Amino acid sequence: MIFPPFAERQAAWTRYLFFTGKGGVGKTSLSCATALRLAESGRRVLLVSTDPASNLDEVLGVSLSNTPTAVPGMGGLAALNIDPEAAARAYRERVIGPMRGILPEAALRSMEEGLSGSCTVEIAAFDEFTGLIGNPEVGKSFGHIVFDTAPTGHTLRLMSLAKAWDQFLDENTSGASCLGPLAGLEKQRAIYSAAVETLADKNLTTLVLVSRPQAASLREAQRTSRELRALGVANQMLVINGVFEASRSGDALAAALQRRGETALENASGFLGSLPVSTVALRPRNILGIEGLRSIFEVTGGFEILGGGEPWRPPEFGGMDDLIADLSAPGRGVIMTMGKGGVGKTTIAAAIAVALAERGHSVHLSTTDPAAHVAEALSGEVPGLTIGRIDPVAETEAYRQHVLSTAGATMDEASRALLEEDLRSPCTEEIAVFRAFAREVAKGKDKFVVLDTAPTGHTLLLLDATESYQRELNRQARSTQPEEVLRLLDRLRDPEFTRILLVALPEATPVHEAAALQDDLRRAQIEPFGWIINQSLFESGSGDPLLRQREEAEHRYLREVAGHLAKRAALIRWQADEPVGAPALLALARQASPAPSLF
Amino acid sequence: MKTIQVYDPPMCCSTGVCGPDVDPDLAQFSALLNRLVAGGIAVERYGLGQQPMAFVQNPQVKALLESDAAEALPLIFWDGEVVLKGRYPDAAERVRWLQAAGVAT
Repeated sequence: MIFPPFAERQAAWTRYLFFTGKGGVGKTSLSCATALRLAESGRRVLLVSTDPASNLDEVLGVSLSNTPTAVPGMGGLAALNIDPEAAARAYRERVIGPMRGILPEAALRSMEEGLSGSCTVEIAAFDEFTGLIGNPEVGKSFGHIVFDTAPTGHTLRLMSLAKAWDQFLDENTSGASCLGPLAGLEKQRAIYSAAVETLADKNLTTLVLVSRPQAASLREAQRTSRELRALGVANQMLVINGVFEASRSGDALAAALQRRGETALENASGFLGSLPVSTVALRPRNILGIEGLRSIFEVTGGFEILGGGEPWRPPEFGGMDDLIADLSAPGRGVIMTMGKGGVGKTTIAAAIAVALAERGHSVHLSTTDPAAHVAEALSGEVPGLTIGRIDPVAETEAYRQHVLSTAGATMDEASRALLEEDLRSPCTEEIAVFRAFAREVAKGKDKFVVLDTAPTGHTLLLLDATESYQRELNRQARSTQPEEVLRLLDRLRDPEFTRILLVALPEATPVHEAAALQDDLRRAQIEPFGWIINQSLFESGSGDPLLRQREEAEHRYLREVAGHLAKRAALIRWQADEPVGAPALLALARQASPAPSLF
Repeated sequence: MKTIQVYDPPMCCSTGVCGPDVDPDLAQFSALLNRLVAGGIAVERYGLGQQPMAFVQNPQVKALLESDAAEALPLIFWDGEVVLKGRYPDAAERVRWLQAAGVAT
């Protein structure tokens, strides 16, 4: 199958462009390069990240805020991050600020606590997002607004929220909601409706689905395509990012990489036939800075191997086998893999779970990843291993039923109706997922629980929710919360009970995102157990010039992780095939430390 | 003419399901207010998160917030008199309120 390069699609780039896809597919690089190209062709362009763990700053080399900042050296390009925490802080300040010095200190604190839940965070970020597309005043000085969206599940939520709130406001008859008093909401509502309309207008909005030439990534793109079509976002295109062609024959690794890509595309031919497709070639190194961004759309060939510089002495990495032996020792507890989307958290979590089960332990593998590939990654059954998934839709429904059958049980019909109405608010999902997370963690009391957590930003929100919930609960004397929720934060902080593994690829953004996550965890008094570097080309033996360059580019990140960031670190080598099924996962879990003679 | 004023602690929604804990009295209280309104009672309801100015403008509310801090809320007035402080009415009280308001139970 031959597809044109993405840059040739420029004529089809509408006023609003949404780049979305599984974590790590290159949304940020592509959205930045697209925005830059539009800016360099004379347009005023606003680039927006809605990812709670945005890395626009690193790619553009500029420090951004939640208002447009001009990007130096990039013409008419401005950028901003919708940081949910910052948006929530600003929202709190708008409400509380005017009351300072008027209301007593205790009342101010109470207001602040009431506005610190995950619900407020979600609403505040959502307000800024819809403001950009639904409020004509906000974006009118820009010809294009390019969105580097959050990892898929979150994006879907933001987009469906516009619809959900619009409907909720239509149907809700009582006085208040999470958005504030309904009476004052007519203006907001007009913005939500306009946002929904803009998203559905094919002359205004294009959804650019980004995928790697890999099966899981393509499946995710297809799922997103279908779900957003159902939400009315019909104008879609697909970009295959990182297409690789071996430049010489006889190199086993390069040939395997090329074949994997071709096979994945062939298997997805039905989906590829359903929308316009274009490609971007695999680059020899990470895309950073203005030159890197320009190079995305250049057709290049004949890579030079840079070499030279300081001699390469590999840092000290352990193997997965040693790591798993240590994880196995306590015989129970929670193991969590965390990191940027697309680094392999799910696969590694599944490999650890299978390896622990093989050692005779009772193991439960569970995911909070909205995209949920755990079951796919582990086809076939392993004795002693159970698999669960936190499905937001199912959890929300279960929580509704729970509330109606407990708090709602003794109510008269009118009260129940009010309760049901409020339970349709989109905030309910947040609470339901949080409780499910607490429930899974509590299972670690008498067995192993392995969790592949959702991408970084979402995970952070989850952990933050834990803390604000804890504060809220401590204030309530007659709490009916289950033990698992009350004890959650204690458990996450207990190094004997919870062991967190930070997962990264040997590249700039995944490593720096994991480092930021480590800082955040430490602030929450949670100490990570160790790091895992996944998909390393270290010692790959490939003679392909592009792959050799990529291997060289890894060096500084391997050194940074093993030398500075990690207390202990394990390395997993690059594999031609995605490990699927118990035997392949077990093989991954048994990878030993890189040849000792090297160290 | 009877009037009821309710000063709620900060919360998302009138039934409290958006919070970490669902208080069954809260949802039933909301339903009670609906019935009182239908029975001709004037009901005003303010949330600290949404209408903080209302808390400042009522001197009694402001004074109670100063003396009792957040424990003062919710605060419920009947014709300007405090009838409940720090909690919502229970089942028995709800029945009495309906009777007092002349609304059939």
